[in-house]
Amino acid sequence: MSWLETFRTGVAGVLSHRLRSGLTVLGILIGIAAVILTVGLGEGAQGQVASEINALGSNVLTVTPGSSTSSTGVREALGTASTLTMSDVAALSSPVDAPDIKAVAPITSSAETLTAGSSTWTTSVQGTTPSWLTVRGRSLAQGRFIGTQDVADHGAVAVLGATTASELFRGIDPVGQTVDVNGTPLTVVGVLTSTGSSTSSSSTDQDDLVVIPISTGAERIFGGTTRNSVSSIAVQARSSGDLTAAYQETDHLLLQLHGITNPTDADFTITSEQSLISTATSVDHTLTILLSGVAAISLLVGGIGVMNIMLVSVTERIREIGLRKALGATPGVIRRQFLVEASVLGLMGGALGALLGVVGAAFLPGAVGDPITISPAAMAGALVVALVIGIAFGVYPASRAAHLAPIDALRTE
Amino acid sequence: MSRSGDGTPPAGTIVRPVIELERVTKVYRTGSIAVAALRGVSLSIAPGEYVAVIGPSGSGKSTLMHILGCLDVPTSGRYRLAGEDVGGMSETALAEVRNRRIGFVFQQFNLLSSMTAWQNVELPLVYAGVPRAERKERAMEALASVGLAGRVAHRPGELSGGQQQRVAVARALVTEPDLILADEPTGNLDSVSAADVLRLMDELHDAGRTLVLITHDAEVASASERVLGIRDGLVTENDVRYVESIR
Repeated sequence: MSWLETFRTGVAGVLSHRLRSGLTVLGILIGIAAVILTVGLGEGAQGQVASEINALGSNVLTVTPGSSTSSTGVREALGTASTLTMSDVAALSSPVDAPDIKAVAPITSSAETLTAGSSTWTTSVQGTTPSWLTVRGRSLAQGRFIGTQDVADHGAVAVLGATTASELFRGIDPVGQTVDVNGTPLTVVGVLTSTGSSTSSSSTDQDDLVVIPISTGAERIFGGTTRNSVSSIAVQARSSGDLTAAYQETDHLLLQLHGITNPTDADFTITSEQSLISTATSVDHTLTILLSGVAAISLLVGGIGVMNIMLVSVTERIREIGLRKALGATPGVIRRQFLVEASVLGLMGGALGALLGVVGAAFLPGAVGDPITISPAAMAGALVVALVIGIAFGVYPASRAAHLAPIDALRTE
Repeated sequence: MSRSGDGTPPAGTIVRPVIELERVTKVYRTGSIAVAALRGVSLSIAPGEYVAVIGPSGSGKSTLMHILGCLDVPTSGRYRLAGEDVGGMSETALAEVRNRRIGFVFQQFNLLSSMTAWQNVELPLVYAGVPRAERKERAMEALASVGLAGRVAHRPGELSGGQQQRVAVARALVTEPDLILADEPTGNLDSVSAADVLRLMDELHDAGRTLVLITHDAEVASASERVLGIRDGLVTENDVRYVESIR
């Protein structure tokens, strides 16, 4: 008997017991939909975290003073030592010494209280250079960013983050207004586009800050520190593939400039956004695995359902099996027939479960507020898993059917 | 090996029996108790014969039917079906022998309720690997030969008992088997339908088929041309007097 005939017989077997087949399919369907949705939820959350971290600036290394003792790669206390200077920035900006570095932005920062009319707001004031915009991967919603001329002239200008702008100038166009920082009046020339990262608790609000020319900060706002020193240096590699080379160039140049021969004595720390991403995604990964485990158990229960139904089916159809055997069905043919029935049940459950998963992914995010990413690979995987479950749990009932003695099967009343 | 479809061998050749049993025994074991259902049965049935095996329940009648139908294997002794020794055959090989050589008619009809009459009839051909178009054609022919040409698309539930049994007979015929084995074919039928089925058996006999009919009913047995009695696991060649005596 050909496979095609076996397949026809198997499908006919499934269709002749619609209610029972439907209930079995339901078990698999729920399991598959659960797996697809939990994996999708996990992938969605990972994607969200990755995009939030990417908002910090892609391909970026951050150089901070003092060696970090943290093993997690988290930046520690900015400005605990003032070992980084503008000459370090100049050296890293050299296309000859650091060919894999695209842009460098020095940053000095301090928390200051801002006043605009009757509003006051305390936030992070960052002194930097025009390259900050590209290094951080940011854009402007309004106005312009600080220019080279502003840095050269110690210009009294400021660019506000979206949150800061709305806190200080509720309902008023901030561009052209004056904001008072530490008694120094600065003219607002632009507002940054919101990163939308304010919902994340894992990172600081990227929309609540004030950007000013680094020279203005050193001269007028931040007292005390050496004018030449910077709190940190953001280094942007040409591409993510050049990040390692950029890291090595930065490390090498700074060690050289600081006259340090033993790398373990380095008075600076280089961290990459990549390490932040991997830390954050690994947390979500664990969650995904946990959820997938729960979903896998429901799939297992679905599989046991298939086995249960197939065993019932074998018992109930004992006469049919006997008759088929009497008419010349070999044990192999009977086994294949029941295996096909089990795999059809599995496949139907898989296909309908995948469909339910896609529908769920379309409607659930509105209810739970988390994005769900359904990948084609997960769908294909779910179908394969459903088929494998159908077959795996069908093997035992099928071989029971195959080895029924025809006389015992026919004798049953 | 030729099929003995017409039952009349060419003149001068030795007729090879369809069924040859030599000292066949069958012992069932239930735990430590062994029950001998057949205790050395030897018999021979020639092509074209219409044989009834008659015996009361518990006589070994069903066991004999199972062995003749290759549904079970003897404990000892030899069974040749159309010259082929079926002793020691694997389950798969036995299935193929049943498919090729034997057509079954059961007391319970044993039709698949989800299939139409012609789909039931073509079932043995499916297992024989006959192509679809040819299967349908042969199934239709077989149904026509049992007088059910107008009922081919009916499901068993839509047919009377007599009609269902005729579908079963068509299914037994469709593979052109060496042997048609009928186990109490009239047991579940009213007397009119029973007579109908027995008439069909006669027609098959007249067409040269080899028929073995197993029954406990002497009246049914008397429809055949040769009666074998079975009692306590032993078979005896009988005449009509024996049939009368067990009545």
